[in-house]
Amino acid sequence: MSILKSKDNKIARFFINNAVPILFILFAVFAIPMADLSIEYLVAEMITRLARYSFLVLALLIPVIAGMGMNFGIVLGAMAGQVGLIFVMDWGVMGVPAFFLAIIISMPLAVFLGWMAGIALNHAKGREMVTSYILGFFINGVYQLLVLYSMGSIIPINNSKIVLPRGYGIRNAIDLVNLRKSVDRLIPLEINGIEIPVMTFILVAILCVFIVWFRKTKLGQDMRAVGQNMEVARNAGIPVERTRILAIVISTVLACIGQIIFLQNIGTMNTYNSHEQIGMFSIAALLVGGASVAKASIKNAFVGIILFHIMFVVAPRAGKTLMGEAQIGEYFRVFVSYAIIAIALALHAWRKNKEAEFARRSLRVDTEEAAGTSE
Amino acid sequence: MMEKIKDFLEAAGWPRLIIGLFLLALFITAPFVEVNIFTSLSDVIVRFGMWGILVLAMVPMVQGGCGLNFGLPLGIIAGLLGAVTSVELQLTGLVGFFSAVLIAIPFGIGLGLLYGILLNKVKGDEMTIALYVGFSSVAFMSMMWLKLPYKSPDMIWAYGGTGLRTTISVEKFWYRALNDIWTIQIGDHFYFPTGMIIFFAFMCLLVWVFFHTKTGTAVTAAGSNPEYARASGVNVDKMRIISVILTTVLAAVGIIVYEQSFGFIQLYLGPFWMAFPAVAGILLGGASVHKATIMNVIVGTFLFQGILTMTPSVINNIIQTDMSETIRIIVSNGLILYALTRTITIKSAKVKA
Repeated sequence: MSILKSKDNKIARFFINNAVPILFILFAVFAIPMADLSIEYLVAEMITRLARYSFLVLALLIPVIAGMGMNFGIVLGAMAGQVGLIFVMDWGVMGVPAFFLAIIISMPLAVFLGWMAGIALNHAKGREMVTSYILGFFINGVYQLLVLYSMGSIIPINNSKIVLPRGYGIRNAIDLVNLRKSVDRLIPLEINGIEIPVMTFILVAILCVFIVWFRKTKLGQDMRAVGQNMEVARNAGIPVERTRILAIVISTVLACIGQIIFLQNIGTMNTYNSHEQIGMFSIAALLVGGASVAKASIKNAFVGIILFHIMFVVAPRAGKTLMGEAQIGEYFRVFVSYAIIAIALALHAWRKNKEAEFARRSLRVDTEEAAGTSE
Repeated sequence: MMEKIKDFLEAAGWPRLIIGLFLLALFITAPFVEVNIFTSLSDVIVRFGMWGILVLAMVPMVQGGCGLNFGLPLGIIAGLLGAVTSVELQLTGLVGFFSAVLIAIPFGIGLGLLYGILLNKVKGDEMTIALYVGFSSVAFMSMMWLKLPYKSPDMIWAYGGTGLRTTISVEKFWYRALNDIWTIQIGDHFYFPTGMIIFFAFMCLLVWVFFHTKTGTAVTAAGSNPEYARASGVNVDKMRIISVILTTVLAAVGIIVYEQSFGFIQLYLGPFWMAFPAVAGILLGGASVHKATIMNVIVGTFLFQGILTMTPSVINNIIQTDMSETIRIIVSNGLILYALTRTITIKSAKVKA
């Protein structure tokens, strides 16, 4: 253990532990001047994106506490939210009431999907992440069955503006006129011409307070125990399976609200695509912020959103300056989003294996020493 | 008699039986809804040949204990490099096809080696990381396709763009180079790609032989029980790398076979989702995350491609709606989900000092 305590190693450890954010900061320092974008533009863009993504990224935190890794299943919540929005659009409700009504309608669906996902993940302990990822695809198929084929035929939808010309199925893009920026602009505020979505940030702040409070509750403590060691938790009388299901249900419900916030900010819903990328982007952002599969904080979420989206805004422009082609920048953006998840996951798995190996070796040395002294 | 039926049920397994019966029902219904059964059958066989080797590419990694190869696109990229180079050299016919394969193999070995080393560092999390290795390598190669110095006018944009085209036709080069060896054509509708099926059978044989050599047995041992294998003197990490290299090379060969039958090379985001049908195929064949056989490959590929070919044509004619894409999503991901949640394996408790 003495090697770990030495000072050099501490610095090395800091770099290894924060390798991903450091990489991104270097990228930003290098690429921002090359993209030739004004600081005002970048700041405005970051404020918008913080408002848009914070809730979704924060929805990932609770399953991490429960030791279930990154919950790719937040797309389930996103789909539930979109179903709610479709009904609200159909009924023609306006403004902030529409926002809350959408949440109320989609909530039971989100709870149900989360509960189902939780049960599935309990059957796939040790490979929750792949399973939740595939679960997202699977439910996407069911979602298509519901929205593309059943709505307007089995489920009555009266608003012809959102139904496909063939008479059933929802259109690919829905203009969310009723609730575009309704929450963002509820408390209007402008600083230097930059619009600040105050109400959205208040909602995000409430969620942060909730997460901090939740960690201290009995359930939150149970989750942490389950996350550290399921067997020990079980022996201590914690209902492991139930706790894990609850973690996923909470995450799914939060993602459902998060998706509604996200879409009211954007103002249009791509019925069959808006939810697809949500899992990947949110997880990439959280990992960029220095989180790992086993540890993620509110700070990681915000740092990550800013760094990841700086890359997102800057990369195509920087690609154009550097390579003379915007297309390269586009692919670069896709590459970085996926590569960052790969690197962060690989680093974590590698570190975990190294620690296990180190622990084994230290045991081995102890026995050798013991053998030496006894002779 | 009852015993025999029971044994058969157990050996075949419920998912295969249900899907098999469903497929049979589709074939029986087909003539009644004006779907030509010979065309359909021929389509199923062609798609079986196209996907066969890509599904076969799952076997070594599963046997080596690295789980399902969601990183299949990495091997596909090696194959694409071979295919594109062969077209650049203006090689045609079987010469063109086999030179594509020969060029792809070294790339496959190189990429597989790196991939294997990475997977050894992340034991226990192979599948999730494989997924993202696959995705990010596709995105990385998208940048490369724009920049690599290929010059053939058959492959680059005619004007107004740089880099290779998104789809490249191989019609002038080695379209159906394999399919058309000893091909059997009965009437207008039935077509049997003998050459491709023989080549697939040959690859199956090679993999079968490999797993009966000393190295092959060691790979299986390393996969099924690493601790025991290590105790008996098997270098587990090396065996895992061998299995990953073999998987990657097979994927590279597989995509070239796929392309010569399909007629097009698909670059850029083309290989992005190709791992999923292959994974679903082998799982439908009865493989698990820990064990896969060549029989699983053959049965699974036939059933899965059969469903994918038949469902759209039959169901669409019945209900007059194109639901094929949705059905494909639900069936293939449902299968993967079933396999991932089926076996409850409790990983041995983490070693803590």
